Amino acid sequence: MWRVLSENLLRGPRTMKGPGVGNAAATELAGKLDALARKRLGRSLSIREVDAGSCNGCELEIHALNNPFYDLERFGLRFVASPRHADVLLVTGPVTHNMVEALKRTYNATPDPKWVVAVGDCAANCGVFAASYACAGAVADIIPVDLHIKGCPPTPVQLLEGLLALLQAAAGRMPAR
Amino acid sequence: MDAENSLHEFLKGASAVADHRPWPRVVVDAAGWRALVDRLATADWSLLGLWGDRSDAGSASVHLALRDESADAADGIAVVTLLCPQGRFPSLAAARPGAQRLERMLADLFGIVADGAGDVRPWLDHGQWPVHRPLGESVGAERRAATDYAFLPVEDAEGSDSARIHQIPVGPVHAGVIEPGHFRFHVNGELVVRLEQRLGYVHKGIEKLMVGKAPAEAARIAARISGDSAVAHGVAFARAVEAAAGIDAPARAHWLRAIMAELERIANHVFDIGAICNDATFPLLLAELTVLREKTLRVAADCFGHRLMMDRIVPGGVTADLDAAGIAGLRALIAELGPRFKHLMRVYDDKPSLLDRTVGTGITRAALVHRFGAGGYVGRAAGRGQDARRNPSYPPYGDLDFAVPVMAEGDVNARLWIRAKEVEASLDLLRQLLDGLPAGPIVSELPMRSGEGMALVEAFRGEVLTWVRLGADGRIERCHPRDPSWFQWPLLEAAIDGNIVADFPLCNKSFNCSYSGHDL
Repeated sequence: MWRVLSENLLRGPRTMKGPGVGNAAATELAGKLDALARKRLGRSLSIREVDAGSCNGCELEIHALNNPFYDLERFGLRFVASPRHADVLLVTGPVTHNMVEALKRTYNATPDPKWVVAVGDCAANCGVFAASYACAGAVADIIPVDLHIKGCPPTPVQLLEGLLALLQAAAGRMPAR
Repeated sequence: MDAENSLHEFLKGASAVADHRPWPRVVVDAAGWRALVDRLATADWSLLGLWGDRSDAGSASVHLALRDESADAADGIAVVTLLCPQGRFPSLAAARPGAQRLERMLADLFGIVADGAGDVRPWLDHGQWPVHRPLGESVGAERRAATDYAFLPVEDAEGSDSARIHQIPVGPVHAGVIEPGHFRFHVNGELVVRLEQRLGYVHKGIEKLMVGKAPAEAARIAARISGDSAVAHGVAFARAVEAAAGIDAPARAHWLRAIMAELERIANHVFDIGAICNDATFPLLLAELTVLREKTLRVAADCFGHRLMMDRIVPGGVTADLDAAGIAGLRALIAELGPRFKHLMRVYDDKPSLLDRTVGTGITRAALVHRFGAGGYVGRAAGRGQDARRNPSYPPYGDLDFAVPVMAEGDVNARLWIRAKEVEASLDLLRQLLDGLPAGPIVSELPMRSGEGMALVEAFRGEVLTWVRLGADGRIERCHPRDPSWFQWPLLEAAIDGNIVADFPLCNKSFNCSYSGHDL
C-alpha cells in the first residue's frame, strides 16, 4: 500500500484538465435559473442520481466521473445519498411505469431550489425503448427538466461539460445569453 | 452417468421440432411434462431457462431449456416445449427453485399460470402498466397502488408482531449510484432475519419491443438489456439469430467478439473489486482500480469506437475491425494492467482489517448454488465450475487455453478472488486472441429465412441464454434473453441470512446482479 501511495505522490495527479462548457448545454440553461438560487448555492452542488429505467450504461459512466481522471468533486459537485440533501437530480433512463411513483416522490423530497438534469438519450426521448407499453415517457414528461445531456451513454467528458454548465449557471456566471 | 439416465435418452420418444439449432427442441404432452418434473427431483439436469411463447393462432406454450450436467460438452442441452391451450402448466418451482420467479414472469407477461406454484404474487407487473399480460392476450389493466405488495411475514417465539423484529425498507431509489429495486429487511437487532427482494422497477418491455424488428435493429436493444454486459448480450443475441438463420459468422468476427468480451469482463471485474473494498471503507483500492477500468474503456473506445462497445456486434459478425494501432494499444494495456493489478491484489490480501470484513461474510452454500443453477463468480466461488466458454463452448474459445477458477468457500472474499483470477485469465486470453487473430471478412450476410436458434454466452456475471425465432421475412417473431442474474438474485437473499445489516452492501456488491437484465 505504501508503494502505491508514494508512487502516486511522486507521479502527481492523474486528473485531466476540465473541459470547457458545452455551448448547447449553456444555451439550454439560459433563463432557467433565478438570481436568488445562484446566490444561495454558489460554486457547490449536491447531486442525487436517480435511475428511472436505465440499462445501467449511464450509471457506469456517471460512476466514472468519480475516478481520478475526472474527479468530479474538485468542481464542488458531489453525489449525496438522499434527495433531501440534493440540489440536483441526475435522472437516467426512459421512465418506466414502475418507476414513475418513485421518481415523483424523489423529486418532491428534494428541497427548492433544485434542478433536474436528464442524462442519456433514453432520458431525452426513451431511446431504443420508445413506444413500449412499460415506458411512461421521457423524464421531461414526468418532472420538469432543466438540462439534457445526450449520448448513449454520454461519455464522462460529455457529462462534465453539462454539469459544469449547470455549475456556472448556479454560480451566477452564466455565459452571455 | 449411464446413457439411459441422460436427458437426451429421456426425451428420445418426444417429437423433435425441425429448424431449431444448434440443440434439439422437442414437444411433450402434459403427461410427458409431469414425468419430466418428477425426474428433475433426482436428475442432474440444471435449469437454463423457462420462457413463454404464443403462436400466430394465439395458443400459448412454455419452453424449458435444460442441461444434463453429467453429459459431455454440448451434447447435454435440450429445449422441451409444452403446449398449454388452457394457459396452465405444472410448476417446476418445487424441483428447480430457480424457476419460481420465471414462472411469476410468465404469469405477468403471458397470463400462463404455473399450477402448484407456491408463490403466485405478481413479479414484474406492479399494477402500473396500461395493459395486463402484454405478450399474451393483453387486456386493459386497472392500476393498483405502486406500493401494493404483500411481503412475506416474519415471526419469532413472540409471534408475527414480535417487538424484537423490525423492518427496514430500502429502495427502489437507493443511496448510491445504483439501479432501482426494493429490499425489505427483517432484522432482530443488527442481525438480518430475512431479506426479501422486490424487483421489476426497470421493466422496459424488451421482449415485446423485439417482436417484428429486423435482427440488426433488435441487436441495438439487445446491447441495452444490461449496459454492463452490452457485449455479452450482443454476442448471445447475434449467435442465436445466426443459429436460427443457419449461418456462421466469419472467423475474424468470432475473435473480435472475444476480444471485446474479455475487455468487458476485465472492466467490470476491476471496478467491482474496487467497489467491494470501498464498501469496506478502503477507498484507495477503488481509486486505483477505477484507473485500470478507465484505461480499459479508453482502449476499447480507441479500438472499437465506443467505451462500452455497444452496437459493435451485429447478427452475422461485427461492425468494427481492429487495425495495427488498435492491436498496439491493446498490447500496451495488457502489459500495464497485468503487473499493476497483481500488485493491487497484494495490497488487498495484506490488509487484515479489510479481510475481516470479507472473509466468512455472505456465504452461499454449494447445495443452494447447484439447486438454483447459479453461474458466474457466484457459482464458481461455491464449487460450481460452470462456464459457457468451456461448456458448451463457442468459437473461438475452443482454440484458446484458459483456466476456469473454482473455490469452495462461497463468501465475499471467494467471489472477489474468483473475479481477480478471471481478470488474469482474461488478460492472458487477450494475448492469445491478439496473437492468433485470423485475417478475413468481419461480417457474413444474413439470409432472410425462418428458423429457431439458441445461444449460451459467458458474460462477466455468468451465463446468458438467448432464444430467438425468426419469421419467414427474417424478422424477430419471439426473443427471450435470460440474464445470469435470474439465478443469482435469489441466492443473495440466502447469503445475507444471519449477517449484520452493515455487511449487506459488501454482499450485494460481491454479487452485483443486474436489475435491468433481470427486469427486462
